[in-house]
Amino acid sequence: MTPQALFTAFSTIVVREIRRFTRIWAQTLLPPAVTMTLYFIIFGNLIGSRIGEMGGFDYMSFIVPGLIMMAVITSSYANVVSSFFSMKFQRSIEELLVSPVPNWVILAGYVTGGMARGLGIGLIVTLLSLAFTRLSIHNLPMMVLTVFLTSALFALGGFINAMLATKFDDISIVPTFVLTPLTYLGGVFYSIDLLPGFWQGVSMANPILYMVNGFRYGILGVSDVNPFVSLGMILVFISVLAFIALRMLERGKGIRH
Amino acid sequence: MTNALEIESLTKTYGDGFRALKGIDLHVAEGDFFALLGPNGAGKSTTLGIVCSLVNKTAGKVRVFGYDTDTHLSDAKLNLGVVPQEFNFNQFEKVFDIVTTQAGYYGIPLKQASASAEKYLKKLGLWDKRDTPARMLSGGMKRRLMIARALVHEPKLLILDEPTAGVDIELRRSMWTFLEEMNRQGTTIILTTHYLEEAEALCRNIAIIDHGKILKHTSKKALLQQLSLETFVLDTEEALDTAPELNGFPTRLDGEGALEVEVQKGQVLNQVFVELERLGIKVVSMRTKANRLEELFIRMVEENASESAKAVEGAA
Repeated sequence: MTPQALFTAFSTIVVREIRRFTRIWAQTLLPPAVTMTLYFIIFGNLIGSRIGEMGGFDYMSFIVPGLIMMAVITSSYANVVSSFFSMKFQRSIEELLVSPVPNWVILAGYVTGGMARGLGIGLIVTLLSLAFTRLSIHNLPMMVLTVFLTSALFALGGFINAMLATKFDDISIVPTFVLTPLTYLGGVFYSIDLLPGFWQGVSMANPILYMVNGFRYGILGVSDVNPFVSLGMILVFISVLAFIALRMLERGKGIRH
Repeated sequence: MTNALEIESLTKTYGDGFRALKGIDLHVAEGDFFALLGPNGAGKSTTLGIVCSLVNKTAGKVRVFGYDTDTHLSDAKLNLGVVPQEFNFNQFEKVFDIVTTQAGYYGIPLKQASASAEKYLKKLGLWDKRDTPARMLSGGMKRRLMIARALVHEPKLLILDEPTAGVDIELRRSMWTFLEEMNRQGTTIILTTHYLEEAEALCRNIAIIDHGKILKHTSKKALLQQLSLETFVLDTEEALDTAPELNGFPTRLDGEGALEVEVQKGQVLNQVFVELERLGIKVVSMRTKANRLEELFIRMVEENASESAKAVEGAA
C-alpha cells in the first residue's frame, strides 16, 4: 500500500472509532462527566474544605490534575478494550483481517481512537473543573506530553486486554481489579508524603503514580517524583506494550484460528 | 494465463490436533466460476479461511494472482474480496458506513469509496437502506450487504462461502444473475455451497473436498459425464397402483404416486417411452429426480467415507 493509502486506512479506523463512541455518548462521554463532577463536589468542596492544603495547594486544586488523569486513563483503556473486543465478538474484526491494512496501522488506529476518547473526556473534565477552581498551567509541554503519552499507554493496554479476552467478563477484570486500585493508590487524592516510609516505597512501584504526578507537575508545578523520570517510564511502558501488541497481531492471538 | 488462485500441499492442524486439511492442491484459472463442494466439516471454510488470512495455515503455499501470501500478502489481499458464511459486520453501523469503511481499509479515499458503495448498493437493491443500521435488515439483505462490501474495492477474485444460505428462491436466483454478470465482466468467482443445483447452474469447474482431501478437481462437464445413472420422474395421465415393469429399466412409485424410472448411461431414453406405450401408459410431464451433480456428490462422499472406514479397520 502507498503511504497515502496507509493514511486513508488509518484515518478510516480512527473515524470509525470516534463515530462509535460519539454514537453512544450516553455510555461513553456522559458517565465520566457526572462521576467527576460528583468527585469535585464531594471530595473537593465538601470534604476538601475541611482537609485544608495538600502539597502547598488547596485540596480542590490538588486533586483536579489527578482526577483529569484518572478520567483519561480509564476512558482510553475502556474505549479500545470494548471496541476491539466487540469487533472480535461480532466477528467484524474479519473486515480488517481480510484487508491489506498492516498490523501497525491497525494498532495505531485503535490507539488513536482510544486517545481521542480519553483526551476528549480529559477536556470535558477540565472544563467542568473550572466551575470549582482556577487552573493555572505551570509547564504546558510537560502537561500535554504527559497526558498524551499516558492516554496512548492505556489505549495500548486496552488493546492487549481485548486481544487476550475470550468473554465479556475478561474485559472488566483488569479495569476493576488492577486499574481502579492502582489509580486510587496513585496519588490522585493524596501526596505520598503523607504515607509511612514503607508505603511510600510501595507506591513508587505503581506506574500510575508517575503519570498523575507528571501531569500535576505540568499544572501545579509540584510532584512527588521527578517529572522527567515519569516521562521516561511512560515511554518505556509504551515501547514494551506496543511490541507485545504487535507480536500478538502478527500471531493472530485470539483473532485467527 | 495466470491462475487466480494456486494452492499447493496446504495443511492445517488445529490446536486440538484435528487435521482439517491433509495436503490439498487446487488451482483456479483467471475468469473461472469455480465451486468448492463438500459436506459439513470437509475443510471448505478452512481452505477459504487460509486464502483470506482468517486462518493460519500449518504448511503449504497459497498464491493469489501469482502473489505468494507468505511474501506478498498485501498484494494478494488487494485482489481478493470475501463474502463469509456468517454475518460479520457491526450490526449497529449503517449500511453505507459499513461499505465505505471497508473501502477505507483498502486505502480508497472517501469520495471514491462513496461512489463505489453507491454503485454496488444500487446493483444489489440496498440503496434505499443505506442509512439503516445493519441489524434492521432482513437475512437476504444482510447477505447482499456482505457482497456489496466484498466488491467495493473491485477485487479480481471474489470468494463466497455459502452465499445463498437461508435465502429465498427468488432472491437466490437474482443473486445468481448478479454473480454471473460479475463473472462475465471478468471477476473470478469461487464459491462453496450446499445447494448443488447452484454449483451446477453457475460453475464451470468444480472440486470436491472431504475429510481434508480433494476427491475430485475437474470441469463440471467432465464430472457430469461420470454420472452413470439418472432417475427420471414421470407424471402419468392416470394414477398407477403399482409400478409397471419396463424392460431394462428399474421402476418404482414415489410417495405421491409418480413413476420413477432409472436410466443407465448408454441406454436410450426413447426406449422408456416405447415400453410405456406398449403398456398403454400416457405421460403428461417428466423431470429429473435430483440434480445430477447432487447424485455424483453423494456417491463420491459415500465412497470416500467407506474407504476411510476400511483404512481405519485395516489399521486396527
